[in-house]
Amino acid sequence: MTDASDVAPALEKLRPQLLKFALLQLRNAAWAEDAVSETLLAALEKPQAFARQSQLKTWLIGILKHKLVDQIRRNCRELSTTSADDEQDFEDELFQADGHWRDAPQDWGDPEHSLRQVEFMQVLEACVDQLPGQQGRLFMMREWLELETEEICKTLQISPTNLWVMLHRARLRLRECLALNWFAGGSKA
Amino acid sequence: MILKRTCKQVSRLILQAEDQALPLKERLAVRLHLWACTACTRFTAQVSLMRKATARWRHYSEDASGD
Repeated sequence: MTDASDVAPALEKLRPQLLKFALLQLRNAAWAEDAVSETLLAALEKPQAFARQSQLKTWLIGILKHKLVDQIRRNCRELSTTSADDEQDFEDELFQADGHWRDAPQDWGDPEHSLRQVEFMQVLEACVDQLPGQQGRLFMMREWLELETEEICKTLQISPTNLWVMLHRARLRLRECLALNWFAGGSKA
Repeated sequence: MILKRTCKQVSRLILQAEDQALPLKERLAVRLHLWACTACTRFTAQVSLMRKATARWRHYSEDASGD
């Protein structure tokens, strides 16, 4: 990475991956593009850092995370809105009126077996992608950006109860998606 | 009963525990419920797997070799 002529192709190659995560986080194509452009600009301002970066992607993802938080701050009003999908409560489909499970959760088998497989990571990513907008953003802020709940509430100006309800729904949906697309049938689990 | 919880309530508490420590009494109520309930024990294992999977995915997303 010391040769300047290597920098442009290397960044070009990593750009789609950065954009994928920016989109998963922001759920808005224009802001995701901006965050990625800001990331690459910031990287290019430190040419000496390229020489030291044996792991270019790790370094860029680190910058991207900061730029995504900036974008979230900047657009917090728009990013706090929920859709009808976000508001749909999933619990009634899982539980009877008396609080018992409608269908008891299945045994997912040996976790290590699933966790070792790249395909499982791809299914997980697809399931995160399928979360409704606000649930997806909040889930990503919590689990991918690794922000504390207090910080998420402050940044988006939402109440802790609201955050908790959305994360609860996101995790129930994610579980349902994994059950359907990975653990159903027991062929892989 | 003070410590009696339904499966629905326990599932909420288990997910809540992903983001904040539960009050002692709630932890006790959950443990008591899990003692006797296979369905919620499986749910707990599923949530735990999801937590590990998300952590691995995060690591994989940052890894230079990952696509």
